[in-house]
Formats: sequence, structure tokens, C-alpha cells
Amino acid sequence: MTSRRDNKRMRSTQRLVMALVVVACVIPAPPAQQPGGAPVAQSVVIPAPGVDSVLDARVKGVASHLRCPVCQGESIQDSPAELAAQMKTLVREQLVAGRSEQQVLDYFVEKYGQWILLAPKAEGFNLLVYWLPVVFLCLGAGIIWIAVKRWTRPASEIPAMAVDAVGPKPPANTPLNDAGAV
Amino acid sequence: MNWKRSFLTTAAVGGPLIALLAYGMTRDPRDIPSPLPGREAPTFARAAFVTGDHSALRVPVGDTVRLHDLRGRVVVVNFWASWCLACRGEHSALSETARAYADKGVRFFGMLYNDSEANGRDWIAEMGGQPYPALSDPGARAAIAYGLYGVPESFVIGADGRVAYKFIGAVNEPQLHQLIDSLLAVPTTTPGTRDTRSIPVERSGAPVPP
Repeated sequence: MTSRRDNKRMRSTQRLVMALVVVACVIPAPPAQQPGGAPVAQSVVIPAPGVDSVLDARVKGVASHLRCPVCQGESIQDSPAELAAQMKTLVREQLVAGRSEQQVLDYFVEKYGQWILLAPKAEGFNLLVYWLPVVFLCLGAGIIWIAVKRWTRPASEIPAMAVDAVGPKPPANTPLNDAGAV
Repeated sequence: MNWKRSFLTTAAVGGPLIALLAYGMTRDPRDIPSPLPGREAPTFARAAFVTGDHSALRVPVGDTVRLHDLRGRVVVVNFWASWCLACRGEHSALSETARAYADKGVRFFGMLYNDSEANGRDWIAEMGGQPYPALSDPGARAAIAYGLYGVPESFVIGADGRVAYKFIGAVNEPQLHQLIDSLLAVPTTTPGTRDTRSIPVERSGAPVPP
């Protein structure tokens, strides 16, 4: 009787422990907050550049989209500036902490504004940047097409008056009318 | 008649383009609007490496200053470096203002940007000391959180914890005084008991008078 009760108690304890383990695995721990405001993983080792090629590629992808704040039109990926290197380290830490590439970009946009993105978002006034070149390309192509069409127009299509005015004069010995013919 | 049509076509195409370029010429490319004014100030916890001369502003060396603990006070955070020439120009304005408002509860902090603490200490000694403490910012984490792209830059944070104004370049002393006065004029209550969005601020201009 006692052993059966002990077995029951043991089984319920085992179930409780298993349930706690499952819950602990399912619920993710909240990311720690850095003093600077950027969340990073707690006690997570940040692989140095060159150790994790996949992470390196992700960092490079994000860093190539971010403008170096202390440079002239350079990304933080290409810039040798100290601040650019610090920003890249922050990008690496945030990616390791589980943030997506877009979330990392959004973090920098929140701090610096849209200016920090090397390619502005295609919305609102920014659309001009994307559409003006296309509009001017079409306009230029249209102008060239009309000009070429005019230049290559056959003489038969040009009005007679225009031919008289600008057309080549016939050679001097060419008979001008039937009366002069031999 | 043909020249008239050509002129009109050129004007229709070139006019807006010239207008767009002319508008671009009126703008300062270095004046980059910050999204921070009006928003919650990024929190920081940074250690002091220079204590500050004024008794009301003093923080022992090594002690951590947490912005969150200063909620309810007007705080001025100035990012600087010993290699920054413009920082020399604004140092006396910041020191004078810090002294003038110390007894009114306004707190000033100098945040060292990409420089060594030894250089920072030497520079402060060379400038004849300063009334407010200097904090170190390893990895420029606070600088990045504040969207810094050069020094000096200064942020004025209201009692509600929101960034009221960002100075790009050296601070303008009369404007700084006017701004602090307007922030002090806003009645302070326990955080959370009033609408903290009530301080009117412009994104990158002077504060709107209450």
C-alpha cells in the first residue's frame, strides 16, 4: 500500500518537474537592456568577426545599408571611422541577441531618422528619388525619337513649299522645262 | 512659332528641376533633423570619471549616473571630447549655466565621446575645472543611442523624461537659459499623474512658449 502511494507521489513529482522544464524551454527570456538603450543577449558570447561566416554576412548586409554619421556618403561597412566600427559592433550584438535585420535597421532609424539609411524608403517625398530618373529617361527617349523621326523623314513627306525653299538647286545645264529640251 | 514651342517645352521640363535644385541650395546639408526631440530620452547608466566642482552637482568618481533616477529634474547632457575645438568655445557657457541653475534642481553632465578619460581629465583641468561631472561612454553606446554624428552636441531633457531640444554644435547660452526657464515653468508632478506630452517642442527649433 505504502509503495503504491510512493510510486504515485514519485510519478506526480516527475510530471511536475517535466512540466517546469517544458515551460522553461518554451518561454523566452526577455532581452537585457544596455545602458545605451540597445537590448543585447545576457551572458551570450558575441562571436568575433571571422568566426561565424553566416553572422558576418548578416552584419555586412545590415552595415552596408547604414550611413556612417561622421563620413561623407559612406556606409559603416566601408568606413574606417571609430564610430562606424562601434556601430558595427552594436549591429553584431543585436543580431546575436535575436533581432532581425529589419529590427536592427529600425533601431538606428529610431535614433538617427531616415537619414541613416543609405537608400531612403520608397514612400512619400522619397518617391521622387526613385521615379524622377525614370520620368526623365522616358522624356529624353521621347525627345530623341521625335528628333530622329524628323531628321529621317523622306523628302516626299516634306511639303512642296518647304522643298522649294530649302531644297538643293538643280545643276546649271539641267533643262528647266520642256521648251528647252532638244 | 517653332521656337515658342521649344521654349515652352524646355521651361516645362527644366523649370521644376531648377526649382528643386534651388530648394536644395537653401538647405544646410549638415543640418540633419533628429527624431529625438519630443520623444522619451534614451536611458543611460554611465560612471563618472570627473566629480564636478559644484557641491549640488557633484558625483563621486566611479559612481554610476542613471538617467532614470533623475526623472522629475531638467537634465542637460553634453557630448564632448578633448580633441573637439568647438567644445572649448561652449565650455564656459555650459559651466555658467550649470552654476546658475544648480540650485533650481537642473543637472548637467558631460559625456565623453571617443576619447580617453586621461585626456578628458587633462582637458577639464586645462579649462579651469567644471561645475558638473564628466561621464565616460565606452563603446559610444550612449552616443549612438542619442543619434550623435559629431561633437559637441547637447540634449536638454525635461522633467517628464522627454528630449525637449537638441543643440547641434556649440550651445547658444541665451537660448539654453530660455529653454531651461520654459521647462522649469512647467509644473512638475509625480511621473505618470499628468500628461507628459504637454510640453510643446519643435522638432529642431526653439521650444514653443507654453
